[in-house]
Amino acid sequence: MADSPPVKPVSQPDELTEPFFAAGKEGRLLLATCDMCGEMRLPTSPTCPTCLAEGISWKEVSGRGTVYTFGIMHQRYHPAWEPDLPYNIAVVELDEGPRMPANIIGVPNDEIVVGMPVEVVWEHEGEAPVPRFRPVA
Amino acid sequence: MGRIYGKSSTDFAVDAVRLAIADAGLEKSDIDGLLINAGITGFSGQGISLQLQNALGMGNLRLLNHMNAAGSTAAQMVQYATMAIDAGMAKHVVCVFADAPLQQGGSSAAAYGNAGRRAGPTGILGLSAGAGHFGANTSYALAARRHMSLYGTTQDQLGAIAVAERSWATMNPHAKMRDPLTLEEYHASRWIVEPLHLLDCCLVSNGAVAVIVSPPEQAKDMPQPPVYVHGMGQGHPGDSRHAGDSPETETGARLAAETVFGMAGVGPEDIDVCELYDCYTYTVLVTLEDYGFCKKGEGGAFVEDGKLGPGGSLPTNTGGGQLSAYYMWGMTPLSEAIIQGRGQGGERQVEKNDLILSTGNGGALSYHASLILSPHAN
Repeated sequence: MADSPPVKPVSQPDELTEPFFAAGKEGRLLLATCDMCGEMRLPTSPTCPTCLAEGISWKEVSGRGTVYTFGIMHQRYHPAWEPDLPYNIAVVELDEGPRMPANIIGVPNDEIVVGMPVEVVWEHEGEAPVPRFRPVA
Repeated sequence: MGRIYGKSSTDFAVDAVRLAIADAGLEKSDIDGLLINAGITGFSGQGISLQLQNALGMGNLRLLNHMNAAGSTAAQMVQYATMAIDAGMAKHVVCVFADAPLQQGGSSAAAYGNAGRRAGPTGILGLSAGAGHFGANTSYALAARRHMSLYGTTQDQLGAIAVAERSWATMNPHAKMRDPLTLEEYHASRWIVEPLHLLDCCLVSNGAVAVIVSPPEQAKDMPQPPVYVHGMGQGHPGDSRHAGDSPETETGARLAAETVFGMAGVGPEDIDVCELYDCYTYTVLVTLEDYGFCKKGEGGAFVEDGKLGPGGSLPTNTGGGQLSAYYMWGMTPLSEAIIQGRGQGGERQVEKNDLILSTGNGGALSYHASLILSPHAN
């Protein structure tokens, strides 16, 4: 029996981020807003790193931002990504402030520049939603 | 240190501690402090741990800890040892790092990639793996690109650091990469993550390094020339992911610089030798800026003329560093700083070694600690 092909690791929702990924399935980008101080973030813990309060509300945002930085991956790290080499990796700074790791699509790697305006496009790996970004005019 | 197989991290650590005790002219029973730092194997449970105390048979320790602030730990161990000795808590403190990620027949990338890979990414932090961001190479490529974009830093300028360090390595018998390197060869080395070539990235090594910190009044009568701690500093920005912060280009070295220079009562213009954590060429460039050797954004032009290499005005990473010699996390710069401070650099010994800056950096430029060392008592 042949080995099944390698599968790209895709982030799965946890208790904190279930609404984020559920909205992603519908093509919408949500950010968490701190109920105490109003700071918007992509939450990595239940408490706000600015005011240390608990409690967030999810708000839909524009999905627009700019390329904060990027690189072109040539090294084979994960077998499932091998067919994509060389692929771009980027950090997008959303207009609302938080920065998000993602791939840039719809543009050749050698045309990506820092500061390029982009917008979110939710794609899917299997059932899982994956946020990617494409240039906007 | 290097591609040495068949030994565990603990085996390497015991070897290093035994050699360091003998080098210091001490007996094992003189040692009353032990600070331990596991490398990448610490993350997989294969690294050295508090169990090292038992392997060393040290039953009367007045100071013991297993520390981890990534690549800044080595400098930090010396800092905490120094403070403990000053406070009268201990006399002779061994600081030891050991790691053994390399397996026979395996590549460096596999060794580090496997150690760093997390199964089943979740939540926001999992978005990185979901986008194919793997390993430290990725994080530092992103940081370097940001600097290049903001300040016009060039690939030639990063390459100048690799070339200068290799020149030093040719004179270091402990260095892994001892063939001279040209800028053309640097450019020809394969991409790992653009803008980082293979030769922008550090080696991966098995091995251990141990350093003993002792009271100055005793050190002067011990067999080796003592190296004195004149300054200690730390700065830790952590990992910011928000607009307005720029940890990629303005690192924890800035905070550490204030403290370490303030304590030593000197400035960057007084430093004779730099031993800077060089997991990547870019780390050296941004660290030089953040210690004020040049202005922010001018690191590229600063290093381009070869001043870091042999015969240059700011000898830096005089053993070849992590790029060309050996990768023992923060012990690479620290061990070379001690060798230069003792005046035991042989062919590569710098002429003026009165003040030596030795730095450690960890995470994705997230953690930083430094020492100013000198052959002269404070």
